[in-house]
Amino acid sequence: MIAAARTILRKDLLIELRTKESVPAMVLFSITVYVLFHFGLDRDSLDGELASGVLWVTLLLAAVIGVARLFAAEREQGGIDGLLLSPVDHTALFVAKATALFLFLTAVELVAVPAFGLLLLGPGLGGAFPELFAVLALGNLGVAAVGALVSALAAETRAHELIVPILLLPLLVPVLIACAQATEPLFRQEAVTEDLGRWLGLLTLYDVVFVLLSVAVFDFLLED
Amino acid sequence: MYSKGLAPLAAATVVTITAAFAMVFFYAPNDADQGFIQKIFYVHVPMAIVALCGFVAGGVFAIKHLRSGDSSWDLRSYVAIHLSIILGVGVLATGAIWAKASWGHWWVWDEPVLVSFLVVFLLYCVYYPLRFSIEDPDRQARYSSVFAIAAGAFVPLNFVAVRMAETFTHPRVLSQTGGDLPGDMRLTFLVSLLGMALLFVTLWKLELTAKHASMQLKRLRNRARVAA
Repeated sequence: MIAAARTILRKDLLIELRTKESVPAMVLFSITVYVLFHFGLDRDSLDGELASGVLWVTLLLAAVIGVARLFAAEREQGGIDGLLLSPVDHTALFVAKATALFLFLTAVELVAVPAFGLLLLGPGLGGAFPELFAVLALGNLGVAAVGALVSALAAETRAHELIVPILLLPLLVPVLIACAQATEPLFRQEAVTEDLGRWLGLLTLYDVVFVLLSVAVFDFLLED
Repeated sequence: MYSKGLAPLAAATVVTITAAFAMVFFYAPNDADQGFIQKIFYVHVPMAIVALCGFVAGGVFAIKHLRSGDSSWDLRSYVAIHLSIILGVGVLATGAIWAKASWGHWWVWDEPVLVSFLVVFLLYCVYYPLRFSIEDPDRQARYSSVFAIAAGAFVPLNFVAVRMAETFTHPRVLSQTGGDLPGDMRLTFLVSLLGMALLFVTLWKLELTAKHASMQLKRLRNRARVAA
């Protein structure tokens, strides 16, 4: 199963490297949203609650793009038939897709978070590390698990580009709550760590529930 | 098939709901703090509890469907979620009226139960576009069940998350709908809750019967067309 998952993951990463579709679009989207927030809020620099809210809303909206494209190659070029005909466990498919999404999100954040620090954040990013790494990693894991599930759910519908955002965003509300609350004290003028464990605990709970749930139900998607 | 016991159930519903409303207006005392408007509590809270139980029941039926492959469980899950969404509109409307009357605003963000109910409601509204944009009936049933299970697991998680976010800024001592109601109010509340639950089950059975009948009619028509 691990070998199969690794093969599918390698295929997805190779496609992304050659076509450069999802990750550059997500990065570009994030930076555009920062510009929109700059004008929408009419603020040159943000801190505290406003900063963490803007960062996390932007990242989750960018994740929508990645989720919508996650099964694009399979859907548009009929690769799904090949995957389903091959004797591969669906769990392997889920693991591969969720890992691909996790790596895409990490790649996007490597650019989008420093860009946020540069463009909008008042206090500077220095004080936020290394706690921010933990929040980003746990947040990405939750988004990756839910995103792979939503992407597979929407893949076979007629209006999938419509279903993905309206299905994904409500499901991510707990992630937004936990990540924004955990990041907020790190973005104050004097960065502090406050209640970090409590929000990381909530994120971990969310991640565990949705990883297990997705593994359990993924078998019933993408059949026949 | 689904209509067994529907008539006595409907009669019990009518009796219980009539009794509940009579108790709300003539037996339960006016709230010392909020006065008459507090009586909307006997509609709003039972409706919310029944709607949430309906969502969770939809998830349980969906698990049974995926386990057995019997599409009648999918129909049960669909009708339960459908009715809960309709009740959900009522919950949000009565909640807004109550909030306006007692706090002066149509919507308050620091009431965690109401806010998490809104998130759950928004999520379940996606059930319709998801279900009806899949044509193949077998796949439609399977995908809807997967949604119902994921959303059912999301309901308690979301409540925990929203409550944590709110208590962070507004510590609260007691939940307002908690068990510290005086006896006559609690009895009225329990009768209202029972009435709402009976109403839900009656409507659920009725809708299942109607859906089942129209499906059979379609099957018979198809057979007649093939024979002709």
